[in-house]
Amino acid sequence: MQAAAQIAWPRTEGARVPYQVFLDPAIYEQEQERIFRGPTWSYVALEAEFPRPGDFKATFVGETPIVVTRARDGTVHAFVNRCAHRGALVCREPRGNRLRHTCVYHQWTYDAEGNLVGVPFRTGIDGKGGYPADFDPKQHGLQKLRVATYDGLVFASFSATVEPLAEYLGPTMRQWLDRIFNRPIRVLGYTRQFVHANWKLYAENVRDPYHASLLHLFHATFGLYRSTQGGGVWLDRLGRHSVLHSYRRDAEAETAAYRQAGLRSYQATYTLADPSLLAGRQEFPGLVIQTIFPSLVVQQIQNTLAVRQILPKGVDAFELIFTFFGYEDDDEEMLRIRRKQANLVGPAGLISLEDGHATELVQQAIVRDPAASSLVEMGGRTVEDQENLVTETGIRGFWRYYGALMGFTDVPLEDSHG
Amino acid sequence: MDKYALRCAVEELLAAYAHCLDSDRLEEWPDFFTDPCLYQVLPRENREQGLPIALIYCDSRGMLRDRVVAHRQANIYGPHAYRHLISNLRVCEEPDGTITAQATYTVLRTLLDPVRYGSTEVYSAGEYRDVLVWVEGQLKLREKTVIVDTCRIDSLLVTPL
Ligand code: FES
Ligand SMILES: [Fe+2]
Repeated sequence: MQAAAQIAWPRTEGARVPYQVFLDPAIYEQEQERIFRGPTWSYVALEAEFPRPGDFKATFVGETPIVVTRARDGTVHAFVNRCAHRGALVCREPRGNRLRHTCVYHQWTYDAEGNLVGVPFRTGIDGKGGYPADFDPKQHGLQKLRVATYDGLVFASFSATVEPLAEYLGPTMRQWLDRIFNRPIRVLGYTRQFVHANWKLYAENVRDPYHASLLHLFHATFGLYRSTQGGGVWLDRLGRHSVLHSYRRDAEAETAAYRQAGLRSYQATYTLADPSLLAGRQEFPGLVIQTIFPSLVVQQIQNTLAVRQILPKGVDAFELIFTFFGYEDDDEEMLRIRRKQANLVGPAGLISLEDGHATELVQQAIVRDPAASSLVEMGGRTVEDQENLVTETGIRGFWRYYGALMGFTDVPLEDSHG
Repeated sequence: MDKYALRCAVEELLAAYAHCLDSDRLEEWPDFFTDPCLYQVLPRENREQGLPIALIYCDSRGMLRDRVVAHRQANIYGPHAYRHLISNLRVCEEPDGTITAQATYTVLRTLLDPVRYGSTEVYSAGEYRDVLVWVEGQLKLREKTVIVDTCRIDSLLVTPL
């Protein structure tokens, strides 16, 4: 077994985070084993992305390339995209439709479940060469992952012991997913962003309501009342998943509070030349950013619905893939609304293009200070649900669970906050 | 209109467009368009799959102006400069007088933050699909679709392509 990464993990319930976790290649390696191949469920696809038998999508669990497929009988499967012969990438396209996957190197062929179904020259030519008599194709399929779906979201796991997906999500997270995935969806498009920062800086960002009105100034600049000042943060029993829900409280009081604080966030000097950008339909109250450890974010911001997949790409980079969707029963006008509001989020998002940049600013600044640590005490030092948005409770929950899963701490994983 | 004169006019417009963005005169950028108009930055993968979501989607000059105000006043990003390289232009005049232009673009981005000051990389490659019209003797963009091959955006996209 690989030696455990060495780190002085503070006993602070996630309120102090040594910067080493964003810098150390040994920790990164250990994450790939203990998190992405450990007892977790990684989001890999939406069922709506591959609805027909034979449809497939190439993606990743952590940094491991995998393929998600739909078999002839409609069941969903996932396998590592590494040939059982001598290791070549079997599936070389990002998506497509086929019931047989043939490795180009020596044409070993697999079915949609990853079973080996064809080996050229298996018995040799003219009685010469070929595999030994005891060669058993059943022993040489692609490495399969466990797959489970919830509300049309597809998750995969390397772990034989991880709890069933529904339990992993827990009742609170399931309820918030049910709110958005309440009827059949339709995929509307993708945007991708390559960010030069450790993936966990983004895991913090999406659990952080504190920065919302301070880093993101679009609403304040145009004198639009942020709809983000009432709300709260809800966690699962282990604190690893979170939901940020915010809704408009009292616009007048909010503005006054900003003026009083003299924040740069309040400067309504401009008005939108074309307010049609924000002219949506009342669909959901407020805004929701939900995170499922380790790799999924579900967002509902006005009428933009998207899932974001977080893919680590080395210790100092991650890719973020947004999959935008609407509902199958959306009318033309609703589609136009969703397309226009997509301006708000993603790599060019008017209200959120700053997020990746903020994580890069951290990565750049901490480079020579692995032993220094960040301060995560907004809203106290505990991990718990909080009904306000000036809190870092979700970030502490992430780190408490991370520390335990990585073996940095002896806090038991079942140490519930209720 | 004479084919070569038209081509010259379109080349001139594209050069002016590139100079406007590359010299950070963003406030003039909306004036290249008609009102209403269409400016969209569309990932190649979405176009290929017939999916509508764009990185940027503006259907009025007002929306372009709002992008510029957000760029100047609201959005937070590292300082940078662009150089547009536009080539392989093809111009076509339809019987109804509308002009379509297709060109390859590359944008080199030079970072001007303190950590990576002065480093340049290929930031974006793709294609322009433009529809142009004459308005009071001036060529204007009625539509500009930027099809981005480089759909994995490096860091972020805030300055228009
Ligand atoms: S490596 Fe795939 S068939 Fe040989
Ligand atoms: Fe943010």
